[in-house]
Amino acid sequence: MTKISEETQETRAGSITSKPIVEKKDKQQNRESKNVMQVEDLNLWYGSNQALYEINMDVPEKRVTAIIGPSGCGKSTFIKTLNRMVEMVPIVKTSGSIKYRDQDIFNGNFKQEYLRTKVGMVFQSPNPFPKSVYDNVAYGPRVHGIKKKEVLDEIVEKSLKDAAIWDELKDRLDANAYGLSGGQQQRVCIARALAVEPDVILMDEPTSSLDPISTSKVEELVQELKKKYSIIIVTHNMQQAARISDKTAFFLNGELVEFAETDDLFQNPQDKRTEDYITGRFG
Amino acid sequence: MDKSLQSEGNKLNVQDLIERNKQKTTFGQRIEKIIPWFLLFCAIISVLTTVGILFTLLRESIGFFSNVSMIDFYTGTNWSPWSGDYGVAPLIGGTLLITLIATVVAVPLGLMSAIFLSEYANDKVRRVIKPILEVLAGIPTVVYGYFALTFVTPMFQGIIPDLGIFNALSGGFVVGIMIIPMVASLSEDAMNSVPNALREGAYGLGATKLEVVYKVVLPAAFSGIVASIVLAISRAIGETMIVTIAAGATPNLTFDPTESIQTMTAFIVQAATGDTTFGSTIYYSLYAVGMTLFVFTLGMNLLAQYISRKFREEY
Repeated sequence: MTKISEETQETRAGSITSKPIVEKKDKQQNRESKNVMQVEDLNLWYGSNQALYEINMDVPEKRVTAIIGPSGCGKSTFIKTLNRMVEMVPIVKTSGSIKYRDQDIFNGNFKQEYLRTKVGMVFQSPNPFPKSVYDNVAYGPRVHGIKKKEVLDEIVEKSLKDAAIWDELKDRLDANAYGLSGGQQQRVCIARALAVEPDVILMDEPTSSLDPISTSKVEELVQELKKKYSIIIVTHNMQQAARISDKTAFFLNGELVEFAETDDLFQNPQDKRTEDYITGRFG
Repeated sequence: MDKSLQSEGNKLNVQDLIERNKQKTTFGQRIEKIIPWFLLFCAIISVLTTVGILFTLLRESIGFFSNVSMIDFYTGTNWSPWSGDYGVAPLIGGTLLITLIATVVAVPLGLMSAIFLSEYANDKVRRVIKPILEVLAGIPTVVYGYFALTFVTPMFQGIIPDLGIFNALSGGFVVGIMIIPMVASLSEDAMNSVPNALREGAYGLGATKLEVVYKVVLPAAFSGIVASIVLAISRAIGETMIVTIAAGATPNLTFDPTESIQTMTAFIVQAATGDTTFGSTIYYSLYAVGMTLFVFTLGMNLLAQYISRKFREEY
């Protein structure tokens, strides 16, 4: 399978010859804005299956970076690597480096727990704890030793406000989060992630299990959040990527095919494979 | 091969074939009708057995209580049936003492094992340890009894020199060992069924492994864990062979674990295997004690069911 894909890449690259150009273009743009995370030569294996090939990508600060690509292209694996959640699968091996604000996250001295307070995550389907809304949002701060009731109250209120769900839930903070609708649950999960005031927020298809109205609420929320946070969002919905992101990365078969400003990528794709994908020829 | 098939050319009409087969009453169809009744019959057998046992227990207990007043039975503190004293408290006390010791042994060990197996062990380790742990549950209790008497008691005597040969401590300790697999296995099931998404949610906030275990997994699995503990306690209450062999036959209202005691079950063994005359008061007292024991274990089982329903953290 790998062989075949390599062949197709070669032939396609031969006909388009765009790849080096794209990389240069990226580097130029990266000088303009600050980067919060830098991925260099990242390879990842599940046992003997390689899932990511030589990924190089700079994540800009306080912008929304979308990652698109067909199922199984490695986009979820990639963002789970950014907060090292991918290592929950015991057979995972990685090579290369990922830097968070110039610190190597694979360095032994760099604690996973610290990384995850800086690089928070929102998951594909809402996964609130079976506790009250309040306890859900207060979970992160409590884990990190914040115990004072007044401080927690303030954090909970602020996080729920930032997640645009305070008005809906301010009278139901003691209600079990499981009784909420899917869209509300997901925004509680976003509030839970915000409560530790991370720097980067990873979102792994956060709207894939939500209805259209809840989806648009989350999308609006993302626009608000990027004022304070750097956001990386995986989505299989290209319209969504076009609507909400500033930069878009296209993954295919574990490779980063193209990474550019969202408008450029959708209107003027440099790689034939990107063009085929965004025009709906596959995927 | 079939006329109707040929007449339609080569077109095979599955619906027609099904229709034709349906019209034939086959042996298979008759079986279909009988099977539910047969299965119901099998289910009813165990229901009837339970009802029968309950009926016998009740009838004979009533016979007993016409000789000995119920108040004396439940409030008396001296149990010596051969001299006419039927105060059941020492037997209940013995049972509770054994159960308490067993619980103190089994709950921490069982729970820790469950946490290890569910949260820390990798697949390989789990696949080796879990079956071995479950073998403990398959050891005949009479073997446990001799293990308690010939190994555990001498071992404890090394620590407590004036420990008698028969004592509640080693009996309770070994009953505890016996119910560890029950606590461990059922608790592990409960923890395993906590969805991984919850763990990921906590890890994603920077929680450590231990914080995930005691702030997410344990609360979410709480009802299953409590139910496993209550079931194990109920098993300890009903345990017979170990306590008969190792804990002695001295009805003794004490909470000193170094002393010899007698549990309800051990008394039943003693009276049922001894030269008790049929129809004597001692004979009937068996049923009254049995009834009391039954109420205890039934109560624990109902409690377990109640807890697992009531405190289910839904996910």
